[in-house]
Amino acid sequence: MNAIHDLSLKALCNALQTQQLSAREVALHYLDRARQHTSSQAHLASGMATTDLNKADQGSCGAFLSLNEAHTLAQADLSDQRLQTGQARALEGVPIAHKDIFVTQDFPTTAGSKILAGYRSPFDATVVRRLSDAGMVSLGKLNCDEFAMGSANENSAYGVVHNPWDMTRIAGGSSGGSAAAVAMGLTPAATGTDTGGSIRQPASFCGITGIKPTYGRASRYGMIAYASSLDQAGPMARTAEDCATLLSAMCGPDIERDSTSLDLPSEDFSAYLNNDLQGLRIGVPKEFFAKGLSDDVRQATQSALDALVRLGCQLVDIELPKTELSIPVYYILAPAEASSNLSRFDGVKFGYRTKDYKDLDEMYQKTRSEGFGPEVQRRIMVGAYVLSHGYYDAYYVQAQKIRRMISDDFQRAFSHCDVIAGPVAPTVAWKLGEKSNDPLSNYLADIFTLPASLAGLPGMSVPCGFGEGQMPVGLQLIGNYLKESQLLNVAHRYQGVSDWHLQRPGSPA
Amino acid sequence: MSSANTNASPLIEGFEVVIGFETHTQLTTQSKIFSRASTAFGAEANTQACAVDLALPGTLPVMNKTAVERAIEFGLAVGGEISERSIFARKNYFYPDLPKGYQISQFEIPVVVGGEVSFFLGDTQKTVRLVRAHLEEDAGKSLHEDFVNQSGIDLNRAGTPLLEIVTEPDMRSSAEAVAYAKELHKIVTWIGICDGNMQEGSFRCDANVSVRRPGEALGTRREIKNLNSFKFMQQAIDYEVRWQIEQILDGHKIIQATVLFNPETGETRSMRTKEDAAEYRYFPDPDLPPLEVSRAWVQEVKSRMGELPRDKAARFVSTLGLPQYDASALTQNQAMANYFEQAVSLGAQAKLVSNWMMGELSRRLNAAHLDFDSCPLSAPTLAALIVRIMDSTLSNHSAKTLLETLWDDEASQGLEASAAQTQVDKVIERLGLKQMNDTSALEGIIEQVIAANPDNVAQIKAGKDKAFNALVGQVMKASKGKANPKDVNDLLQAKLATL
Repeated sequence: MNAIHDLSLKALCNALQTQQLSAREVALHYLDRARQHTSSQAHLASGMATTDLNKADQGSCGAFLSLNEAHTLAQADLSDQRLQTGQARALEGVPIAHKDIFVTQDFPTTAGSKILAGYRSPFDATVVRRLSDAGMVSLGKLNCDEFAMGSANENSAYGVVHNPWDMTRIAGGSSGGSAAAVAMGLTPAATGTDTGGSIRQPASFCGITGIKPTYGRASRYGMIAYASSLDQAGPMARTAEDCATLLSAMCGPDIERDSTSLDLPSEDFSAYLNNDLQGLRIGVPKEFFAKGLSDDVRQATQSALDALVRLGCQLVDIELPKTELSIPVYYILAPAEASSNLSRFDGVKFGYRTKDYKDLDEMYQKTRSEGFGPEVQRRIMVGAYVLSHGYYDAYYVQAQKIRRMISDDFQRAFSHCDVIAGPVAPTVAWKLGEKSNDPLSNYLADIFTLPASLAGLPGMSVPCGFGEGQMPVGLQLIGNYLKESQLLNVAHRYQGVSDWHLQRPGSPA
Repeated sequence: MSSANTNASPLIEGFEVVIGFETHTQLTTQSKIFSRASTAFGAEANTQACAVDLALPGTLPVMNKTAVERAIEFGLAVGGEISERSIFARKNYFYPDLPKGYQISQFEIPVVVGGEVSFFLGDTQKTVRLVRAHLEEDAGKSLHEDFVNQSGIDLNRAGTPLLEIVTEPDMRSSAEAVAYAKELHKIVTWIGICDGNMQEGSFRCDANVSVRRPGEALGTRREIKNLNSFKFMQQAIDYEVRWQIEQILDGHKIIQATVLFNPETGETRSMRTKEDAAEYRYFPDPDLPPLEVSRAWVQEVKSRMGELPRDKAARFVSTLGLPQYDASALTQNQAMANYFEQAVSLGAQAKLVSNWMMGELSRRLNAAHLDFDSCPLSAPTLAALIVRIMDSTLSNHSAKTLLETLWDDEASQGLEASAAQTQVDKVIERLGLKQMNDTSALEGIIEQVIAANPDNVAQIKAGKDKAFNALVGQVMKASKGKANPKDVNDLLQAKLATL
């Protein structure tokens, strides 16, 4: 038998259901691995003693921010009882780790920010609750960019996340901890959130599979808000098949807690995985292959498209003419919403409060200046500016108009094709620190993931090869609203004829 | 154009007063506008604030449908337009009792647009136009008194649903403003969307006050915040008007400002001027989809509402023939209108019921600090009394005597329709109040009165009508008020003609 962490989620699930493995055994195995990959400053995020973290600075990818071994094992023991008494649920005993943007009762929740160091939520996010209701065992919380703002996971207050394929490179962001943890086999699955590409881009950079469903599919209740009209949760795992199983458990209406939740039942997203792709029209937007796309990524993406053709798909040239505008539109709307969403972190009710202050204004200023990192402060300032009297019409209103046009462009495109395919990012993962002092070049790297986010469409990343420095490349698939099944079908069939998703860091092909 | 603008405005030292109102009415819902926490008043601090009200990370607002229905009811009551689609916006500012750092309110598109409120000021009907009414959440409370070098925050009130009702600047005096506020208070309590408790802050008025010389453009306004009693409202506006006029006469300019009224000094004091007005960075709340109110929903809400005061008043005029003034007065509150309608339904003439209610009964109720729903004299009893006036059993004078007896007579209180007439007739009998309809007895009295008052008779002969009335009075007095005044008139005239 393979090592536990080499099993796919499906294989692990089978081994548990047939009691070849116990949930406790599985949890202990993963906890041991997770402990070696906690972030360098996890003790600050979680309030845990450094000795409990057993941190291995050497070789840690910095994915985990907090663990709660007692809780994890208690959950695992409960799963074992159920497994032994014939009450097992769909994902009984299968471990998962959560991006630290989801609030949890049993682990601290920091959103990667100093302002929430050690914060404990009195409730679980709906997504977290749904997954534990499906029998999953929570391993811990995963590093991310502060309040999910970033594309490199270099904006966490608790240290960077290293890319498991090359520890000198970024893991991508903002769900960098989730992507690295799955790639490194620290967990069979993780939750992520995607506001402008935060599931797809790190999945691509770390060589795993991740899907962001249609906006409203997964409840945002308990997901610390960055940009409310864009934020969407999704699963990150090794294969499309695993993602489908996880997505079915995560989604579903939550209209009594989240007004933007779609009042639609979840689906069995695995039902159509093996559908024939014969005649399926794959739209290839020419704007996604324009200059700026590096050759290695272009080649890997092109090979994937060729493989899809061999599976019976038909390639159709389409246009998404506002693709470039999605960058300014996103970097107006997301900061605008963020500037307001983050106002509640004011030192009054919870979280960090500055030590010395003369009056209320100084308390606010010092708390927020000391508690928020530079990128968060930058976006709050941009957001406050674009919402200000006299600038609102020129920026916010204009951006909303273009956002609608971007959605319209997609609908036009979907009259010619069923699924859109292209690169996730213009390059493979770059070196740590390479762009950290250049926010603009970071923003520009989001160009291919932003359009689907702005339109609220489902999108995913599927490993499709390796580029410069033997770094993974992801193929992006974008579907029309509620067409997650179709995306997963294409991805699964592609994974049936490719083995990129089976590669492991440290033992590259 | 409203009647408020067409009527000549009272001028003060040559200045016209212009007043507009913004009223925050706390809506009667069990739970908060965006959370499921209770809205009950008076609980221990921070015991009625849930995770959403505390703005804990990850929480989201979900619209309370009942609050929307309260707004729809108000829109229907004032003849406003219910927006099919309205938007919730975020008003961003930092304050410790504002947990999210923004207040969810309606900015560009409110749920109710337009409408009007009409009322009587003396005999004159006034109409104040409404600009809008919008839904929003209340903030918590900062408690500065109970702490040293610290402030306490109570978030029980945070998220309480409010309907903010905004008028055009249609009022021209403090009296008119108070009359408007009273009428608005009547409407919201009548339809039950607000408990109207001003001490607990359920009905808070802000008055925008400016002055100008007639014909000039609107002057610069100052906003008096949080007027929570009708008495203070009048005092505050009167003070503010005098202050503004003095400033202008002294050659100063009025600077737009928000002011507070201090009931102890009777003065208004500036809290902040427009220069330090906050930048609220309004934008549509992405957590809340637009509020869609279908016409079917409006109809459903309407079908559940009782008859509105203004419709009731109109009906009293059109079908019962009451003067507009009476109709308006009788629809002051639901108890009064119900009392009136019950009495009329038992056969009492509408105008007589109105006169007795607004006269004798109101006077007695006011003195006893009672309302019509706790009136010792039931509507059937009043109806029984009026029926006996209508059939000439009682003169007005003896009816008053009867009422006085019934008021204090325990056996005559709280009577149902079935028992009222019997009891009233029994008391009439006991007191011997039955009008004298026996002309021979009356003729005897008339003869005695004429014989005893020769001077008056002489004056009548000389053409002095006043002397005739004096004789009528004498006859009525001699009959102990039981004579029918019409008979007295006729018989006296006939008798005098023979002399």
